[in-house]
Amino acid sequence: MGFIVFLLKRILGLVPTFLGITLISFFVMHLAPGEPMSLQADFNPKMTPEMRQRLRAQYGLDKPLYVQYAKWLKGLVQLDLGRSFSPDRRKVWDKIRERLPVTILINVLSMLLILAVSIPLGVRAAVWENSLFDQVTTVLVFLAYAAPAFWVALLLMLLFGIEWNLLPVSGLHSLMGYEQMSLFEKVLDWSKHLILPVFVSAIGGLAGFSRYTRSSMLEVLRQDYITTARAKGLPERVVIYRHALRNALLPLITIMGLSIPGLIGGSVIFESIFAIPGVGQLMWSAVMARDYPVLMGNLVIVAILTLLGNLLADIGYAAVDPRIRTGLQEQE
Amino acid sequence: MRRGRISSFFHILFVLAYFIYLSTTCLAEDVSGQERPAYGDAIVVGSIGDASNLIPMLATDATSHEIAGLIYNGLVKYDKYLNLVGDLAKSWEIKRGGKEIIFHLRKGVRWQDGVPFTSKDVLFGFKTIIDPKTPTAYAGDFLEVEKAEAPDPYTFRVIYKEPFAPALSSWGDIVVLPEHLLKGKDITKSSLVRHPVGLGPYKFRLWKTQERIELDANPDYFDGRPYLDRYIMRIIPDPATMFMELKAGGLDWMGLSPVQYKRQTNTPFFRKNFRKYRYLSFSYTYLGYNLRHPFFKDKRVRQAISYAMDKKEIIRGVLLGLGVVATGPYKPDAWFYNPNVRRYPYDPKMARRLLAEAGWKDSDGDGILDKDGIAFSFTVLTNQGNSLRDKTAQIIQYRLRQVGIEMKIRQLEWTAFINDFIDKRRFEAVILGWTLGQDPDIFDIWHSSKTGPKQLNFIGYKNKEVDRLLVLGRRTFDREKRKKIYFRIQEILAEDQPYTFLYVPMALPIIHARFHGIKPAPAGISYNFIRWWVPKNEQKYIIP
Amino acid sequence: METALSSTPIREEKRWQKTLLDLCSNPLTISGLVIVGILVFTALFAPVLAPYDPQEIDTFHILEAPSSAHLLGTDGLGRDCLSRLIFGARISLLVGFVAVGIATAVGTVLGALAGYYGRWVDSLIMRFVDIMLCFPTIFLIMAVIAFLEPSIWNIMIVIGLTGWMGVARLVRAEFLSLKKRDFVLASRICGASDLQIVFGEILPNAIAPILVSATLGVGGAILTESALSFLGIGVQPPTPSWGNMLTEGKDNLEIAWWLSVFPGLAILVTVLGYNLLGEGLRDFFDPRKKR
Repeated sequence: MGFIVFLLKRILGLVPTFLGITLISFFVMHLAPGEPMSLQADFNPKMTPEMRQRLRAQYGLDKPLYVQYAKWLKGLVQLDLGRSFSPDRRKVWDKIRERLPVTILINVLSMLLILAVSIPLGVRAAVWENSLFDQVTTVLVFLAYAAPAFWVALLLMLLFGIEWNLLPVSGLHSLMGYEQMSLFEKVLDWSKHLILPVFVSAIGGLAGFSRYTRSSMLEVLRQDYITTARAKGLPERVVIYRHALRNALLPLITIMGLSIPGLIGGSVIFESIFAIPGVGQLMWSAVMARDYPVLMGNLVIVAILTLLGNLLADIGYAAVDPRIRTGLQEQE
Repeated sequence: MRRGRISSFFHILFVLAYFIYLSTTCLAEDVSGQERPAYGDAIVVGSIGDASNLIPMLATDATSHEIAGLIYNGLVKYDKYLNLVGDLAKSWEIKRGGKEIIFHLRKGVRWQDGVPFTSKDVLFGFKTIIDPKTPTAYAGDFLEVEKAEAPDPYTFRVIYKEPFAPALSSWGDIVVLPEHLLKGKDITKSSLVRHPVGLGPYKFRLWKTQERIELDANPDYFDGRPYLDRYIMRIIPDPATMFMELKAGGLDWMGLSPVQYKRQTNTPFFRKNFRKYRYLSFSYTYLGYNLRHPFFKDKRVRQAISYAMDKKEIIRGVLLGLGVVATGPYKPDAWFYNPNVRRYPYDPKMARRLLAEAGWKDSDGDGILDKDGIAFSFTVLTNQGNSLRDKTAQIIQYRLRQVGIEMKIRQLEWTAFINDFIDKRRFEAVILGWTLGQDPDIFDIWHSSKTGPKQLNFIGYKNKEVDRLLVLGRRTFDREKRKKIYFRIQEILAEDQPYTFLYVPMALPIIHARFHGIKPAPAGISYNFIRWWVPKNEQKYIIP
Repeated sequence: METALSSTPIREEKRWQKTLLDLCSNPLTISGLVIVGILVFTALFAPVLAPYDPQEIDTFHILEAPSSAHLLGTDGLGRDCLSRLIFGARISLLVGFVAVGIATAVGTVLGALAGYYGRWVDSLIMRFVDIMLCFPTIFLIMAVIAFLEPSIWNIMIVIGLTGWMGVARLVRAEFLSLKKRDFVLASRICGASDLQIVFGEILPNAIAPILVSATLGVGGAILTESALSFLGIGVQPPTPSWGNMLTEGKDNLEIAWWLSVFPGLAILVTVLGYNLLGEGLRDFFDPRKKR
């Protein structure tokens, strides 16, 4: 019961943020010199001033800004983001929708990879504080944190794709014979194509998360109840993994939510390097083409995704930490 | 490189290039290949950009035309020696001094959905292309037509207002459309934009945006079924990735960059598995000035800029020598090319003198020339994703800086470049390329009547004598007389330097060695694509 | 960057008396300091250090491997890579200072307002922070860049204006705890104005974490700039930046490894330097860490 109330509260709390996101996106769109319509109007060489005026009226551009915003917002809620300026004139939502699953898949995979690697790494580093292992991981973490993802991608492509010829370097799956593959082969094929992109997109996160796990773990290990548990003679493994880790991981869930925009942002880079038809690549080509509707659609959709990711993180947090859903801990 | 073309009727010539050179290994291959051609296999072609619109008259990008060219046919086409021959037209008659053309169409040709092809389809295509509501860039030649009619299903007649030399060649593959699928519909919203139905050797199979386009052989093609079962175009926006994919076996055919041609494909692996070709492409690259801009109104300034840069250096640095200097709007091996025009060798002293004559001096000592308090600084626009043009711009930038001119470079995506900047005349200078046709007519690019919005004389060039000659050239059928006319035009352009003509690059295709039947000719290599084949034991892909 | 910041509200006045020696006791911090020092030195003396004019084109020596004439080889136009790398340090230094300067200024002001005034001002600003944090920075930057002419300055300003949220949160937290402290209450009783309290009393005491976060932010800004330049929407030619040098490296990955390796290494080392320095400063200012 308390959980549902908590959930409703959280979702209600998202409404102003959502409106804020749409406001900022709308504002950015109106930074554009000229009007969003002008490109389309120019499409027709026989455009007369009267026709232009009629089109302006048709698009509502003669109305005050808040009316335009309301109209745009209404469209957004119905996922009507207008049509692309590019010659194919497709609906923006269609363009985004067909690319979204790929981007989400890669980001989810890379998040899983981050968690699977960085948590054990962080825990070990904390438990063996100042050991050689700790120092080596610290150095690695610093390196990974400082390495430009696109550069790492280039080097990996050079090594795995060219020198050793182990992995494919572009696209999502093999081109030929793909349709004839069995499901297992398809999965294998996708996996091979996804290894490098997922790894590249995870690097920054790996560093951040293992570092965070380490410090969070260190904090917990200093707490009294850990000392108590140790004093009771519980095996070290139990102390660390049952008592300490549980508490150390709690804040990590919030961090996960916060790191979503960074991850998605990275899509722009690795999707353009590995030729993956995702939202990041779409964004890049929209910037180059000054395809404003696609640009704005992308911006607002990605921000909403992040918002949902944060909500999920909150729910996850509440699920593991009962204090939150019962409202004992209202403020941080 | 071929993305650089701006719309013009030049496109219809799908043949791309004039053959100059081919590797010796390739020759040997062709001589020994006496076995019977086999059906089957697929060819995978790499493309930098995705197609935009598969109705030929609506598309202005090279990729769309490449795909549409395999799906649609014209009334006429160019053969391997660049002669006009019949395609959908079996034959034609030219009457009344060139004012009237009667095409006799092939019988028994069917659209890929089974509906018979008739002269109505040609008439429909013609009416569509001249309809002001159709957003096409190719209406120009067809506006010369006074009357077009389809007296019977296999006859199509056009009457021109005045004799029109490029008339015949204009009836290529952009103008024939399936009337039964498009009549009464808004062509820009038609499903044919993404699911074309044509008459050609290949049928549309699928199009995954930004990923690939697949075509299947059309078994009922009137000129014989193509040998290769499938044509697959993969869209890989990055040239380096594309090249890796070629090495990894994911591509059979791509255009190499000069660096890839010279430095990356001389390994045993490539010699064994691939054949390289090179020939002068049907295009040239230029630096064009907005002649409405106060800087560039003065002829001496334009000439000075031409003297200030070393075109040989550009060819060496950008093309690694794989190209020739351009002196005018034609390539050096065309019959209408005039080699004796004013040239602009690298001469910075001359450049400075001409600039000084025009009033440009560095009066404030900042290293940049100025006049009436305005510094000589301008921005050159070029299309993003074309590293050749980018490098060209950087070399020019470097050389201009040495004579005291600051040039900034701005790269723009193609569509935005054309729509926002070229069409609105919002530019100072551009680096672009033109694709060249087989006919010397360049009315659309240089005539003063073509300086309006969205027209091709976007630099605003106006010269009365050129205007007169361009019209005369269109009305003249005699080859020697035409040659004289176009020779004079080249002289004037060389003197005026409305563009600094830079270079004619080479086309550098590389194709997997299992493909047989590639026969380089004056028209390039792709003219006989439907006759390419792979021996059964070498076939790589099994198409069910 | 947020992940790297943990606010440490409890501070001791004594910490200012710690000597530089303390800061230098950590070898990682020293390495950071040295790296940043080298970067600054290189950027300042680039014209003296560079063996060639970084823009000098030499089409007779294109894509040459490292040799005694060109220690790091030449690029696709025959320009000397070492010289370009050296001049590229200027961009990195500049981006670090300007972008982070803007982000820190904006973040400090907004964070101070939120923390000091609390209530609706706080809710409003923090809501704004939450909203901004929903946008992947690079998407937001790209959307704005699409409307602007790409130039170094525009890039730096946009990076700055999209990167202030972490600082704002941090400063707010500092203000929340500091404004209840005795010395603040004392000066309020003495009739000090809000401005005097904020700038005279609270801010000086919050400088340490701001400094730490700014130092750590520089690395992020450099990475963002290089990514944008790599994608072709950042620093424009002929100005050499490590990011746009890598674009050429990508095009020639197979035949000119030196084009990819060195600029990437330069970025890595520089960002590493700032991060080590930032972490060192953080430990130094953190009273809980007694080394």
